[in-house]
Amino acid sequence: MAERYSSFQPGGRRWLWQRITAAFLVVVLAFHFFLLHFVYHADEVTFALSSARMESWTYYSLMILFLITATFHGVNGVYNALINQGLTGTKQTVVKWTLVVASAILIVQGVRTANAWAGISIL
Amino acid sequence: MSQSYNRGLIEDFGRWREFSAGMWAWVFHKFTGWVLVGYLFTHIAVLSTALAGEAAYTGTIQTLEGLLVVRILEVGLLAVAVFHILNGLRLLMVDLGIGLESQDKSFYASLILTGAITVASVPTFLAGAF
Repeated sequence: MAERYSSFQPGGRRWLWQRITAAFLVVVLAFHFFLLHFVYHADEVTFALSSARMESWTYYSLMILFLITATFHGVNGVYNALINQGLTGTKQTVVKWTLVVASAILIVQGVRTANAWAGISIL
Repeated sequence: MSQSYNRGLIEDFGRWREFSAGMWAWVFHKFTGWVLVGYLFTHIAVLSTALAGEAAYTGTIQTLEGLLVVRILEVGLLAVAVFHILNGLRLLMVDLGIGLESQDKSFYASLILTGAITVASVPTFLAGAF
């Protein structure tokens, strides 16, 4: 039988979610780059242009989902890479919760920014 | 029946001369992943200037985009993102057991395609920077 070589825990769901978010991000990251560098151009960015895009609920929802999936995929990837390098015990717990807090801050800040463009004042 | 082989620890980077195509793909995927997650935090920090008002946001972005070094770094970011996307597709195929016997060729294809897309994008990314 083949030797098991994976840094994810057997039976865990982090592996599956890493793949599910990957399948989504492959499409949305390519779209994001294409839209903001080839359809629009980075040097033409203004608050009004960003605002016009973000006022569309479809675009707003897609970007919020993009933010959440990219944060999970990136941070879960970092956590996994650190476990690969031998992170265990108390250090692993500290790193895990540091990454959880950093992710929460990133998502809140990203949503606040999107809300500023969309003219939403709840957060 | 699946075959088992001992490829040794990939985390032992000192053995890099012995790495196979699949191991290089793993190393590049991790490296590009670290860059992208680092950029994600930086990106949100820069975009957060929108919270300080229209002038602060527009001024920050246009000042950054006026710097040649930022434009060059953006080309590098594109290369990193394209490789991570293409190799990510390759990994999804490998996970599904599709094209396992060609996984080394698909890694080389990812590299070549990344190079081609990056070079073709340079004029767009550097437009107006000079």
